[in-house]
Amino acid sequence: MEYTAVIGLEVHAQLQTDSKIFCGCSTRFGQEPNVNTCPVCLGMPGVLPVLNKRVVDYTLMMGLATHCRIAAESVFARKNYFYPDLPKGYQISQYERPICEEGWVEIPVQGGARKIRITRIHMEEDAGKLVHEGGGGAASLVDLNRAGVPLMEIVSEPDIRSPEEARAYMQTLRDIVVYLGICDGNMEEGSLRCDANISIMPAGSETFGTRTEIKNMNSFRYLAQALEYEIQRQTEVLEDGGRIIQETRLFDSAKGVTASMRGKEEAHDYRYFPEPDLVPIRIDPEWVDRIGAEIPELRSEKIARYVQDLGLPEYDAEVLTGEPGTARFFEDILAHGVEPKKVSNWVMGEYTRLLKDKGMETARISPEQVAGIIRMVDASTVSVSGAKQVFEEVFLTGKDPDAIVREKGLAQVSDEGAIEEEIKAILEANPQQVEQYRDGQEKVLGYFVGQVMKATRGRANPRLVNEILIKKLKGE
Amino acid sequence: MPLYSETIHSLHEKLREGTVTSTMITQSVLDRISEVDGKVRCYLTVTREAALEAAGQSDERFRKGDVSSPLDGIPLGIKDIFLTEGVRTTAGSRILENFVPPYDGTPVSRLKKAGAVITGKLNMDEFAMGSSNENSGFFPTLNPWDKARVPGGSSGGSAAAVAAGEAIATLGTDTGGSIRQPASHCGVVGLKPTYGRVSRYGVIAFASSLDQVGPLTRDVRDCAIMLKAIAGHDPADSTSARVPVPDYPSLLTGDISGMKIGLPVEYFPEGLDPEVEAPVRKAAEALEKRGASLVSVSLPSTRYAVATYYIIAPAEASSNLARYDGVKYGVRLSDQGGLLEMYRQTRSKGFGPEVKRRIMLGTFALSAGYYDAYYGKAQRVRTLIRREFEEVFSKVDLLLSPASPTPAFPLGDRVEDPLRMYMCDMFTIPVNIAGLAAVSLPCGLTPGNLPVGVQLIGPAFREEVLLNAAYAYEGERGEFPNCKVL
Ligand SMILES: [Zn+2]
Repeated sequence: MEYTAVIGLEVHAQLQTDSKIFCGCSTRFGQEPNVNTCPVCLGMPGVLPVLNKRVVDYTLMMGLATHCRIAAESVFARKNYFYPDLPKGYQISQYERPICEEGWVEIPVQGGARKIRITRIHMEEDAGKLVHEGGGGAASLVDLNRAGVPLMEIVSEPDIRSPEEARAYMQTLRDIVVYLGICDGNMEEGSLRCDANISIMPAGSETFGTRTEIKNMNSFRYLAQALEYEIQRQTEVLEDGGRIIQETRLFDSAKGVTASMRGKEEAHDYRYFPEPDLVPIRIDPEWVDRIGAEIPELRSEKIARYVQDLGLPEYDAEVLTGEPGTARFFEDILAHGVEPKKVSNWVMGEYTRLLKDKGMETARISPEQVAGIIRMVDASTVSVSGAKQVFEEVFLTGKDPDAIVREKGLAQVSDEGAIEEEIKAILEANPQQVEQYRDGQEKVLGYFVGQVMKATRGRANPRLVNEILIKKLKGE
Repeated sequence: MPLYSETIHSLHEKLREGTVTSTMITQSVLDRISEVDGKVRCYLTVTREAALEAAGQSDERFRKGDVSSPLDGIPLGIKDIFLTEGVRTTAGSRILENFVPPYDGTPVSRLKKAGAVITGKLNMDEFAMGSSNENSGFFPTLNPWDKARVPGGSSGGSAAAVAAGEAIATLGTDTGGSIRQPASHCGVVGLKPTYGRVSRYGVIAFASSLDQVGPLTRDVRDCAIMLKAIAGHDPADSTSARVPVPDYPSLLTGDISGMKIGLPVEYFPEGLDPEVEAPVRKAAEALEKRGASLVSVSLPSTRYAVATYYIIAPAEASSNLARYDGVKYGVRLSDQGGLLEMYRQTRSKGFGPEVKRRIMLGTFALSAGYYDAYYGKAQRVRTLIRREFEEVFSKVDLLLSPASPTPAFPLGDRVEDPLRMYMCDMFTIPVNIAGLAAVSLPCGLTPGNLPVGVQLIGPAFREEVLLNAAYAYEGERGEFPNCKVL
């Protein structure tokens, strides 16, 4: 039988605020264990949370970017469970009254786009992490640096129908949070995490099957891989006449399989109730407007504009907008009045190559300098290959491109008289090849161009060299 | 009169005049502790050296004329539910018997900033759960008026210490009557301010939406002085109100002419102990004599208050007490047998029976499938009770009732009967449910020489009205006898 997959994703995005959600501790990563802690995030007796307003701003921004309804009043709730990485024995989250509800995003699919509905977006605090020492459960240590780092949870409706769509949805969310500047979008490092609810049903059916929850998919590739596997597994169970058990399954990236973690019976009863230590968050229209005004152009909008207004190929638009930093660089060069496609070629070509080879931190070139180099080529001041040398030098040193051209003697010879002189001498020295050309072997032209360039150490304007050569060879 | 049994304001006068020093007062209180605490057992920790050092610093300030607060140099005792930097803080529980906080909570730091001298930490029912102090994880405090009886609870140590002269005034907390009921049993003044009036930061949480910090003192003026020092918004407590703090002491005029005082019929039920009812009604008459008019009012939802309380308070407590898991601080029992075993051992042995009872009640009330029937419904009743009070306060300025349905009862009398114990707080609980302010004042002695307290209840953030009425009553009543610790 043919089956259709029904997938909903719960995505956790770590918000890039300077301080934690309920205390003033830093959110910086890579610190010594328990350095970024205080009585509040250690869950000491007597402490109380104080909400970091930036977290509300960021979540609001996400809600607006995904067309959500913003709650005029939103409430935090306690999610109660015991675990050593959870210092208070409960996580402050949101339950019945999240800040954003009923939104949607559009994801690209084969030959068009699909709307995936968003059920809700809410704010919560992250837990710490356990470090297990030695074998045989010798000791477990708790690092609470991450405890209280702000998270935003984005829950989708079960609108996703394939692993590819899941991946596209995830990519779309990543683009949005990265462009909003509220999350670094790094799945491998866990700043963007995702759990999936997945079931299958006979193709054409309207009734969802029993779903399983898949955890631990920490890359785009693993997400697709885990869902592929789970669809396959559920299909086999049904084909063999079995039943799907509602359970939580863990993805094992080494084996590429999902395995049962806990059944429905073992599911936690989190005993949610409104957090009495915090007052409800009231969001007035002014707050919404202020955040709305802060939302920058998102990636999908940029792609459309690059194609429609700048006339760039779709491919260029996608590559240029892959990271907001690249798009910004591209647009800053454009602002100096150079042709978009030429800018695109330089950014996608030399610039990207150098970033990759030499590293981001070595980049010294300014958008103005790139525009300058493009203009040099336009004006035939340097050849394309000369310009590449200049580009690399400026990239690494930030030096003035004109100065580099002078220093390295890269200025192109566009003096017709001078080029004619050279050509005359070369033609005289190669009567045999001249003969061949005149007999119809036009490819000899390349040989002459090479000779001229060699004689001028590559500085002769190739267009002029070609023109004059042809004229001379044809005996004009 | 020995220094240890004087009031804050009388001592402040003497300090200003230079006839006494803070060191003298503090020494007097510390000597009194040495003399009687073996019998009354108010203190879990006495901070002798730190107290004398703070007293010396206060004396220095008086010498320099650098004193701004009437609390400067006054020895105060602190309920052991308040975090005190470097001084063990247990909340009356074995599970925290080794816990030394790294910070001062806001109410304590405000008292310290005012120059107060902290004499130590006072006994209480474990995690403030109890009405007799018999639920202390360490030992019960006894009533200084009659050592065969309980001092009330949960701020029993705080009330007994004021009555016994072991502190000039103390700080307590009140979740369902934990300041007013022991104040009533020990013959002292106890104020539960409006929810949000005093910061809860650094106060070990029992039930977050009900807990409130307040003073226990020898008279109303002291109460006003203490409240002024601790009240006001605290950025560290989002539930603390941004309502200006009046200068409570200067608003004590004693003029209550034209004031309307309601006597809710539900607070004088059939079968109320006549030894309680008589002095409370006499207190009402005293207020009438001062120019107030008495009106009979009704608060019918009051009868659901105790039931509502015993859903909401345990529910919040079950969550608030989850952090005592043996992982980070406090007592850890069993390092063997893995995580679950450690949780089980630590929490089974670390908590006393009443705390465990309430954790179970609360856990059940919040469980999936029961939430709406219990917690949800309790919240709806809470709204009803609150509205009823609001309505009544559109007709009267204050309400008057007994603080407790009985005088102090004998030790062991109710330990086996939690429901009877819970009923101790039937007149005080509605105030917490509605988030209002109320004060308990001594209004008489039973034939058996036990104090009885009258409760005045006021609208939210009108403590100045409440205290002024209490002050007027106090003037009419006259000096209340000091207890003789036998
Ligand atoms: Zn912190």
